[in-house]
Amino acid sequence: MSFLTYLINGISLGSVYAIIALGYTMVYGIAKMLNFAHGDVIMVGGYVIFQLVFTMGLNPWLGILIAVIACTVLGVTIERVAYRPLRLASPLAVLITAIGVSYLLQNLALLVFTSNPKSFKSLINLPSLELAGGKLVISSEAIITILAGIAVVIGLTVFIKKTKAGRAMVAVSEDKGAAQLMGVNVDGTIALTFAIGSALAAIGSVLLCSAYPTLSPYTGSMPGIKAFVAAVFGGIGSIPGAMLGGILLGVIENLSKAYISSQMADAIVFGVLIIVLLVKPTGILGKKIQEKV
Amino acid sequence: MKKSKKTAINNYVTYGIVLVFYGIVQIMINGGNLSSLMQGLLIPLCAYTILAVSLNLTVGILGELSLGHAGFMCVGAFTGAMFTQITETTITNSVLRFFLAILVGIFFAGLAGLVVGVPVLRLKGDYLAIVTLAFGEIIKNLVNVIYFGVDDKGLHVSLKSSVELGMAADGKVIIKGAQGITGTPKDSTFFIGILILLVTLIVINNLINSRSGRAVMAIRDNRIAAESIGLNITQYKLLAFSISAAFAGAAGVLYAHNLATLTATSKNFGYNMSIMILVFVVLGGIGNIRGSMIAAVILTLLPELLRNVSPFVSDNRMLFYAIFLIGVMLFSQSPKAIDFRKRYLNFGKFLHKEPKKEVE
Repeated sequence: MSFLTYLINGISLGSVYAIIALGYTMVYGIAKMLNFAHGDVIMVGGYVIFQLVFTMGLNPWLGILIAVIACTVLGVTIERVAYRPLRLASPLAVLITAIGVSYLLQNLALLVFTSNPKSFKSLINLPSLELAGGKLVISSEAIITILAGIAVVIGLTVFIKKTKAGRAMVAVSEDKGAAQLMGVNVDGTIALTFAIGSALAAIGSVLLCSAYPTLSPYTGSMPGIKAFVAAVFGGIGSIPGAMLGGILLGVIENLSKAYISSQMADAIVFGVLIIVLLVKPTGILGKKIQEKV
Repeated sequence: MKKSKKTAINNYVTYGIVLVFYGIVQIMINGGNLSSLMQGLLIPLCAYTILAVSLNLTVGILGELSLGHAGFMCVGAFTGAMFTQITETTITNSVLRFFLAILVGIFFAGLAGLVVGVPVLRLKGDYLAIVTLAFGEIIKNLVNVIYFGVDDKGLHVSLKSSVELGMAADGKVIIKGAQGITGTPKDSTFFIGILILLVTLIVINNLINSRSGRAVMAIRDNRIAAESIGLNITQYKLLAFSISAAFAGAAGVLYAHNLATLTATSKNFGYNMSIMILVFVVLGGIGNIRGSMIAAVILTLLPELLRNVSPFVSDNRMLFYAIFLIGVMLFSQSPKAIDFRKRYLNFGKFLHKEPKKEVE
């Protein structure tokens, strides 16, 4: 039974990675840039909720809503100030700027909230589910996280397939110039992508902090990197790929923590990433892109 | 012909700057004008400068962003310190021993660069950046779980604990997992640091101006065109990447022999260190070897010099590094800023080379 527990916890952790990875994968698919600051947007979301709910005693739902709005505004602002001026610059310049933004957010948080970790009480207060006569206990956090992950993926897929704005995103990701000629507002679409990605980051921060109840300025960076790994794993730009990659990554991480070595879990996760990239550089569900002169 | 003469002079100016800097520091030490805090900073300063110069080979000349440079430094630091500990009783001349330790560090870091480079260099851009980051973390994690000892029967390695090594009574445990290596003799001196820096500069400058260096830059500027004139892409990329890693290893050895306790934490060999080196490279000018050297010196010394004037700045230096990083990128790379500089600031062309138009 312990194997099942590890597996379910892995899927739950993986759903958090998947929600964060969706932000990466959408931005990468459309703006063709690795938004290093995404993980730190999660951290900011966590602090917003912490301040509102635990320090000021606001209703948790209202707190989450405000955090989603705050992260959305933050994401769009980052895009406007730091990334948009560099849209035609070399990918290296954009990547370095993104690292700069990530560092800026981390160090600002360090300045404002200090490096002392804050203890974050879970916002999910439901009883755990007991199966097989109490042998298999599934925490309510795990269930809600998995459900939230599924809901987000379905919602996003419907949004992209059925709405005008969603189809504009697909068009921009395929060919910016052609999309512009067809009357798509490219800048607006990219901003919308950042907004959705950052809103998902806020939801990710609630789930992440409920599962791992400490919050520090560095909270976002490792899960952020791992979520990116998950996005690459599943095939960057693909929404079901991000979900699949996230869950696989969460399961691998949890099982290697349980059966191999907790210190080596990160190394194993990264090792798997390297193997996947070598065997199939575009990820499990990724499309192959032919390079032209 | 004229151009090669110009680069030669340019290189001598770089070496001259290093020698003048060494001279000034020596005079200040002899005159008692340098605080002990500053003197303690001199060896790390050399290490950071070597790291910045070697990373510039990957980022500036090869054109790929490596976020795992601290990982190679880690390999060099640990292999070098291990060598010194093993041979401490057999080689009594500390200068000779340190020299050999540096060669060992260079060899293993270069080897690590080669091993990492073979899979990684098949990728490019963002993928390469994230994989080098992953390798840096893997190396740091591995070092934290390794136990290594030596006794009469030879070398013992374990991933569990020092008891698992099964050592003879006279054996010596060298790496104690997360506790790292303790008691490495402090063989590093400022003089040796400057010497290694000079060697690094000479090797890298000569590489850049050689046939291989031009091939590497051709690959950076247009991979497909370079491939079509028959350049072996993988071979040249590997060459640049592993040389860059090897010198990071030398910096690691220098760094390790300045510390009583060597542990692999995220602060010294993790992602943060790699980013700090990247900041030196970016602020000094990507592809500009002398620039990254100067940026490393200024950015290492400035926070210490400002400690009395404005503690806020020196305590939050990473915050300012981040702002610098974004600012420099926006100012030097955004098409609008380039336009603005061309129109209103005539000195723009001295500050920054024209960025090449991307061929789609």
